Amino acid sequence: MILDFLRILGRWAIKRLRLLGSMAIFLFSAIYYTFEPPLKYALILKQIRFFGSKSMIVVVLTGAFTGMVLALQLFYTLRKFGSDALLGPAIALSLIRELGPVLSALMVTGRAGSALTAEIGIMRISEQIDAIISMALNPFRYLIVPNLIAGIITFPLLSAIFDVIGIFGGYFVAVNLLGLSEGTYFSQIDNFVDMEDVKIGLYKSLSFGVIVSWICCFKGYNTGYGAEGVSKATTEAVVLSSVLILIWDYFIGSVLL
Amino acid sequence: MIEITDLTKTFDKKYVLNGLSLSIRQGEIIAIIGRSGGGKSVLLKHIIGLLKPDSGSIFIKGHDIVKAKGKTLQHIRNMFGVLFQGGALFDSMTVFDNVAFPLKEKTKLNKNEIKERVNTALLDVGLTDVEYKYPAELSGGMKKRVALARALITEPELVLFDEPTTGLDPIMLRAIHRLIQSTHKKYNFTGIIISHEIPEIFDVADRVAMLHEGKIEIVGTPDEIKKSDDIIVRQFLSGEA
Repeated sequence: MILDFLRILGRWAIKRLRLLGSMAIFLFSAIYYTFEPPLKYALILKQIRFFGSKSMIVVVLTGAFTGMVLALQLFYTLRKFGSDALLGPAIALSLIRELGPVLSALMVTGRAGSALTAEIGIMRISEQIDAIISMALNPFRYLIVPNLIAGIITFPLLSAIFDVIGIFGGYFVAVNLLGLSEGTYFSQIDNFVDMEDVKIGLYKSLSFGVIVSWICCFKGYNTGYGAEGVSKATTEAVVLSSVLILIWDYFIGSVLL
Repeated sequence: MIEITDLTKTFDKKYVLNGLSLSIRQGEIIAIIGRSGGGKSVLLKHIIGLLKPDSGSIFIKGHDIVKAKGKTLQHIRNMFGVLFQGGALFDSMTVFDNVAFPLKEKTKLNKNEIKERVNTALLDVGLTDVEYKYPAELSGGMKKRVALARALITEPELVLFDEPTTGLDPIMLRAIHRLIQSTHKKYNFTGIIISHEIPEIFDVADRVAMLHEGKIEIVGTPDEIKKSDDIIVRQFLSGEA
C-alpha cells in the first residue's frame, strides 16, 4: 500500500521534473537563438503588431476602469484619514508599480497569448512545424524567437498605456465625480511618483513579457493530438501564464521593494 | 542510398517498429504499404529524423541520421523534400510564398530567379493562376500539388511522400500518381511513398515493401508482390481480415 503510494508519487514527481526540464531547455534555446543571427525582423514586427492589435482595446478598457475603481475605493478610505489629497499618487503608484504590469500582462495572456498557443498548436498538429524541420530549417527562428522579442517589446508598452489610461480614469472620477481639485490630483502625483517606481513597473512587465511568450509558445509547440490537444494546450497556457505572473510578481516585488 | 537496419520503436511499451530493416536504392521509387496504424508514417518520420528510434540505424548516403546532430543533420535534411499527409502548407502564406519559402530561406537567389523557379515548379504540377491564393482557398488535390511543388523546388535527391493521395477522388488520385511519375522522370529523385492505394500504387512504384507488425514482411517489384504466396500479403491485397 505504502509502496504503491510512493510509486505513484515518484512517477508524478518524475513527470513534473521532466516537464520543468523541457520548459527550461525550451527557454534557454529561445534565448540562445535570439542572440544568434540572423533574426527574422519582418516576423518580429508582425508579432509586435499581433500582440499590440489583439490586446490594445482590452488593455485600454481595463486600464480605464481599474483607475476609476481605484479612485472610488481609495477616495473613501483616504477621506477617513483626511488624506484625500493623496488620491492621485495612491492611484498612480498602485498602477505604475503593481496593477499596470500585472493586469495588462493578464489581459494580453487572455487575448494574444491564447491565440498564440492555438496558432502554434495548429501548426504542430497540421505538420507545418515538421515541414520547417524537414527543410533543414530551425522552427525556433520562425516561431519562438520573434514572439519572445515581441513580448519583451510590447508588454512594457502596453503596461505604460494601461498606467496612463488608468491615471486619467482615476482623474475623471476623482475630479468630475468626487470633487477633488485638478491641481491636487496631478501635483501630488508629481511629488510622490519617482523614476524608481517606473523602473519597478518596467522590470515587472519585461519579465512578464518573457514569461507569457515562453509559456504560450511552449504549450503550443508541445501540443497534444487533434483539436482537443490544441484546446487543452491553450487553456493550460493561459492558466499557467496567469499563475506564474502572480507568483513572479510577488517574488520580484519582494526583491525590488 | 538508404540503409535501415534493425529499427525498433515503442510507444507506451507497444512495439510500432520491431527490428525493421530495408534497403532503398538510388533513383528508385519504393512504395511502403501496410495496414493503417502499422507504423508506416512512424518509419517515414524516423527517416526524416523527426523521431528517434529506441535502437537501430538509418544510413542515408553514408550518414547515420539517428546519431547525426548540428551541421551533419542539416546536411542530410538538405537532401530531402517531403510531401506531408495534409500538405503541411503554411496557412498564413500565399501559394507563391509557400513554394518560394525553401528558396528564400536556404538559397541566395534573387527575387526574379525565385519567381521563375516557383512558376516553373507550379507549372510542373499543373497549377496556374493560384500564386496569390491562400491554402484555405484551395481544394484537397490542389493543396497536394502545391505541397509537391514546394517539396521539389530545391531539386532534392530524396523525396518522401506520406500518403500523397489520401482523401482524393479516383481521378485526382491518378493525376497525383502521374505527377509523381513525371516529376521523378524530370528530377530523377529517389522516392519513398507511404500508401494505402492498392492496386494503383503498383503502377507508380519500382518496388513495393509491405510493413507488418513492425517489420518488412516482403519487398519486391509490383509483379512479385502481386504473385506472392505469402498469406499476410495475399490477405492484405485482397482486403481480407
